[in-house]
Amino acid sequence: MADPQTQIPVTVLTGYLGSGKTTLLNRILTEDHGKRYAVIVNEFGEIGIDNDLIVESDEEIYEMNNGCICCTVRGDLIRTVEALMRRPGRFDAILVETTGLADPAPVAQTFFMDDDVRAKTKLDAVVALVDAKHLPLRLKDSKEAEDQIAFADVVLLNKTDLVTDDELRAVEATIRSINPSARIHRTQRSAVDLAAVLDRGAFDLSRALDNDPHFLDQDHEHSHEHDHVHGPDCGHDHHHDHASPIHDATVKSISLRGGDMDPKKFFPWLEKTTQMDGPSILRLKGIIAIKDDPERYVVQGVHMIIEGDHQRAWKDGEKRESRLVFIGRDLDEDRLRRTFEACQA
Amino acid sequence: MPTVAPLDLDGHCITAAFISDIPHFALADGTVHRLDQGHKTVEAHDGLLCAVANDARDRLLTGGEDGKALSLCADGNAETLAEAGRKWVSAIAAGPRGAVAFATGKTAHVRLPDGAVKSFDHPRTVEAVAFAPKGLRIAAARYNGATLHFPATAGKPVELEWAGAHIGVTFSPDGNFLVTAMQENALHGWRLSDGKHMRMTGYPAKVKSLSWGPKGKWLASSGAPAAIVWPFQTKDGPMGKPPLELGTRGDTMATAVAFHPTEEILAIGYGDGMVMAVRVADAKEILLRRPGQSAITSMDWDRDGRRIAFGSETGDCGVIDISG
Repeated sequence: MADPQTQIPVTVLTGYLGSGKTTLLNRILTEDHGKRYAVIVNEFGEIGIDNDLIVESDEEIYEMNNGCICCTVRGDLIRTVEALMRRPGRFDAILVETTGLADPAPVAQTFFMDDDVRAKTKLDAVVALVDAKHLPLRLKDSKEAEDQIAFADVVLLNKTDLVTDDELRAVEATIRSINPSARIHRTQRSAVDLAAVLDRGAFDLSRALDNDPHFLDQDHEHSHEHDHVHGPDCGHDHHHDHASPIHDATVKSISLRGGDMDPKKFFPWLEKTTQMDGPSILRLKGIIAIKDDPERYVVQGVHMIIEGDHQRAWKDGEKRESRLVFIGRDLDEDRLRRTFEACQA
Repeated sequence: MPTVAPLDLDGHCITAAFISDIPHFALADGTVHRLDQGHKTVEAHDGLLCAVANDARDRLLTGGEDGKALSLCADGNAETLAEAGRKWVSAIAAGPRGAVAFATGKTAHVRLPDGAVKSFDHPRTVEAVAFAPKGLRIAAARYNGATLHFPATAGKPVELEWAGAHIGVTFSPDGNFLVTAMQENALHGWRLSDGKHMRMTGYPAKVKSLSWGPKGKWLASSGAPAAIVWPFQTKDGPMGKPPLELGTRGDTMATAVAFHPTEEILAIGYGDGMVMAVRVADAKEILLRRPGQSAITSMDWDRDGRRIAFGSETGDCGVIDISG
């Protein structure tokens, strides 16, 4: 069994070439934060630091031979992580840098589907770096840029000094429309408080969503302050545009809300939905109020892999409400909403 | 009564093996320890990934994160077989007459008995290599199957296809079958005469340890609460026959298996560090080592079948003397 005390946290960095990944990696490797990192990169070349805990790994996707087309893992990561974990004590956490064109799903799924990797490590968060100036262009010409945002727990909206306030707002609204549950941080030269990137516990059911008391609150009028952390150059107002701008994205998010759920209806529904729509679902996250249950039930998933657990008691004064967000392609919003609502007690 | 001579090391033991009758323990940190009138240590690699005894059992062949493949003698001297720069030497195998095969990334290399090295590129990573018992023939396990090469001749490679990632490989001692371990908790086999498939499934965990019984009659495997032992007595291999389940435990998994060199007795190492010997004929069990600190990762019998060297995940290794 996996022992959460000894599992090494893994942070996945995604982002297009030129988005600032290497700058962020170099900062993490050189800043004095008291933690030692092993880093898995695509190419040694870019990192100008000599460190024997930097390991090169060529992306190699393995489809699992189980008839499920979305069950893919990264064979190279299994090998590399296993080798690193045979020599523990040299590092406190692992960073995985992916290529600009990498699909984040197999990377994330490796940490759930391979038992050995899972026993020794835990996925902490997927961090996407986005170039504020070039994102609109990237979204036009690649599916990967969109996937990386859709998958992210944390988005660093980087190079904000290269765009106007209006452009920045538009790009941020675009990110929001692809992924309403990610934390967005505006940065320049990847300068972010590392605490915002590392040790997030985004896949840790006991912590996930609790980090974000405003989970799915974006549509509330008063809640914009939390959406991003203000950098030193962030002298702007907060009259964000509410309407989702038209963007070239094919990924959309569907946010569902409801009251207490009937567990006899909700769990079979969730299973069936993820079985049926798994290939289309990139991420799902939710907090569920189960009828007659004093505890919050939290779920998160990647494609067909879902995990759920009781998290903590509902607090006094906390509204018992079920909230679930699907991020994916070609999702039938009407059907999801209708069938979700039918699960209410 | 069996007795255990412990050797407490600090690190993950990749391979325990008798080399020139001296127990050796190769650790992931690159050190190789031996019990030769006291505890002796060689720093072989900066990060060791694989190690195996050669056919004559007088050398330990090792591969490392430092891109080196080495041949270590029982006196601690090392011969460098190959250097691959920054590439990891991730798998190594011993062949007839001193031949050595090893893998770096997508390439399988064979060092022939005369020292010449032949390399075979593949479209995907070579996860494991194995020699056939006779003639110079190797198998490279890869994504979606295995490839057979004939390094001594210019023969064309033979592709054996089966969907999925193949991460371990072994030939049967008679050379009639090739068996791979897969990413998805299964073994796959091919009868080499006609390419007929053999599916061996139902494991709750990945199979990391395989051992052929005397005369190749049985193939023992880890990856379940018992050692799963497939019958290979007939030309059809295990097809249509259930495997034996030996040494079943309720609370842990078999993590390493090693057949006695001449008797049908299987040593089984478990996730909690216990080691048992089980006789195939009547499934009779003898406790050889009580649970320790961590899972058994590797075991090897000496030539006479009297001692077993064992290694573990956190380094509580040792030698069991079954003659007592």
